[in-house]
Amino acid sequence: MNPDVLFFFETVISGLMAGVMYALVALGFVLIFKASGVFNFAQGVLALFAALTLTGVMEKFGLPAWAGIIVTILVMIAVAWLIERLVLQHLVNQEPIILFMATIGLAYVIEGTGDILWGSNVKVLDIGLPQGASDFLLDNYNLYVEKLEIVAAVTSAILVAVLAVFFQKTRIGRALRAVADDHQAALSVGISLRTIWVVVWSVAGIVALVAGIMWGTKSGVQFSLSLIALKALPVLILGGFTSIPGAIVGGLIIGVGEKIAEIYAGPIIGGAIENWFAYMLALAFLLFRPQGLFGEKIIERV
Amino acid sequence: MLYRETGQFKTSYPKDQAIFPIAQDKAFILLVLAVAFLAVPPFINDYYAKAILIPFLSYTMAAIGLNILVGYCGQISLGTGGFMAVGAFATYKLMTSFPGLDFAAVVVLAGFVTAGVGALFGLPSLRIKGFYLAVATLAAQFFLVWLFNKVGWFYNYSPTGQITAPPATSFGVLVTGPEASPAAGYLFCLIFVCIFALVAKNLTRGNIGRQWMAIRDMDIAAELVGVQPLRAKLSAFAVSSFFIGMAGALYFGVWLGAAEPTEAFGINISFLVLFMIIIGGLGSILGSFLGAAFMVLLPIALKTVMVDGMGLQAVTAKHFEILLLGVLIIFFLIVEPHGLARLWSTVKEKLRLWPFPY
Repeated sequence: MNPDVLFFFETVISGLMAGVMYALVALGFVLIFKASGVFNFAQGVLALFAALTLTGVMEKFGLPAWAGIIVTILVMIAVAWLIERLVLQHLVNQEPIILFMATIGLAYVIEGTGDILWGSNVKVLDIGLPQGASDFLLDNYNLYVEKLEIVAAVTSAILVAVLAVFFQKTRIGRALRAVADDHQAALSVGISLRTIWVVVWSVAGIVALVAGIMWGTKSGVQFSLSLIALKALPVLILGGFTSIPGAIVGGLIIGVGEKIAEIYAGPIIGGAIENWFAYMLALAFLLFRPQGLFGEKIIERV
Repeated sequence: MLYRETGQFKTSYPKDQAIFPIAQDKAFILLVLAVAFLAVPPFINDYYAKAILIPFLSYTMAAIGLNILVGYCGQISLGTGGFMAVGAFATYKLMTSFPGLDFAAVVVLAGFVTAGVGALFGLPSLRIKGFYLAVATLAAQFFLVWLFNKVGWFYNYSPTGQITAPPATSFGVLVTGPEASPAAGYLFCLIFVCIFALVAKNLTRGNIGRQWMAIRDMDIAAELVGVQPLRAKLSAFAVSSFFIGMAGALYFGVWLGAAEPTEAFGINISFLVLFMIIIGGLGSILGSFLGAAFMVLLPIALKTVMVDGMGLQAVTAKHFEILLLGVLIIFFLIVEPHGLARLWSTVKEKLRLWPFPY
């Protein structure tokens, strides 16, 4: 194949893979926003905290990876329960903007706790995921694709499928959708808001763990991990805050757009545009479709 | 016993609507001003000026600006750092292009430049609100910092990419650069903050301030009763950015003296100023002062207690500071969403009835 075309394909594929990673983080946002209307700024820090806890328990207690993951999942559920007890419960019926700012505070609390518990130095997370380039694609098609990125893509596909079944088929999933539709109506048919919130924050915590494992394996567990939350925001804007498919599609668009812009437009206007390109894309998009690609149209009453 | 409004009769509307209708309040604020202007400068040294007072004053300016946007107009912004960078770089370009210009004029001009940029980035607020707007202002934050890093014209093609404030005078007194006396820098900032706090107070009490508050409380209803959202929102963005730009000018010119965009104007600054107004009080000018003072003093106090007093490591203290900051934010949002300013007025309310509360 023509090297230029090949290079373009490689760019697109690596963009798609990065997009999957963004989508993983964005998923956590969407889950919480759908069920409680809270825009959870702490999602990125949750991913950091999950990864920190995983490396921490594996190092300190010498647990194997699977046991470490189970312990971490239990910790994330405990964290979700604590968040509901200590923060959300007291902020019921507050304005969304107040809740948003509370999650910024929450992000600081979780970050500080994680640092105090596990230290803030860069850690290596190795739970046995394959690394390096995929030999099969490199030999047969001369394409350079990271194995880890393939694992991430497959994992998130499974995760989305599981979440879809969970939301559509299970009792709790139906309750979650009821709460998302209308808090009061859900309460009146006997759904406990507080249980639902704990469940949904736990699920978001587990999604954060998956994201934390992927990102942590890729670039080490450190503070900058929490900044991927900032990368996930434009994804949400693009996909809409309330749509799980939106998070995936938005993530892919942002991932590919970012890589293509960086490689083809970057040299012309000075490079390092990855930091803001996604935001500008989202901003331009907002002007034409304020509710995002798959978001529900906002109807307001006076 | 001393704090009573009994016997203070108002015989005209202007008197009734004064900023400080109670004589004791007026006396108290005059006392504070007298201490700030007369008693502090003779005793000021480099440490107090650079570590506490000038940071406090420049952050206050930024907090007032953000409070106008978030507290009064209800448009959330996470781009404060970026707009402060606009103010700082405008200051730098003005100072290097027109070396003779009075620094006071430079600061005000930098404010106007930032107001223009702010209004530009405020345009999306006409279509979007809430979290979507928060993300849009993040776009401003990242884009502006990137711009100042990449485009050489802004930092005069200096090889390090840093900007350094050249010495400049205001009314014949040297206020910037390493040679400036701490007292001069402090007084310069103080005068600016006092004048513009008064301006902000009056703006928010007047017609335009009421429009902002109407938009904040319910924008559709406000539009129905005749408030133009376009004018109200854009003016809030412009006025807010004007203040934040001047804050950036003071921050860079008088306090830091040299700055590098990624470090000095990162997203952390945006959050810091947002925390100031949450803790100080949303929708309150006094709250901007209290919040800025709190956030400047908290790290210093924690460092004194934990590192010097308890012998902990500086890193642990830093982590604890982050943790405590988060706890405080959540605590204030749950217990007192109107912040320190509300606590202050509660205290005053209690004092008025003391010792016979009903």
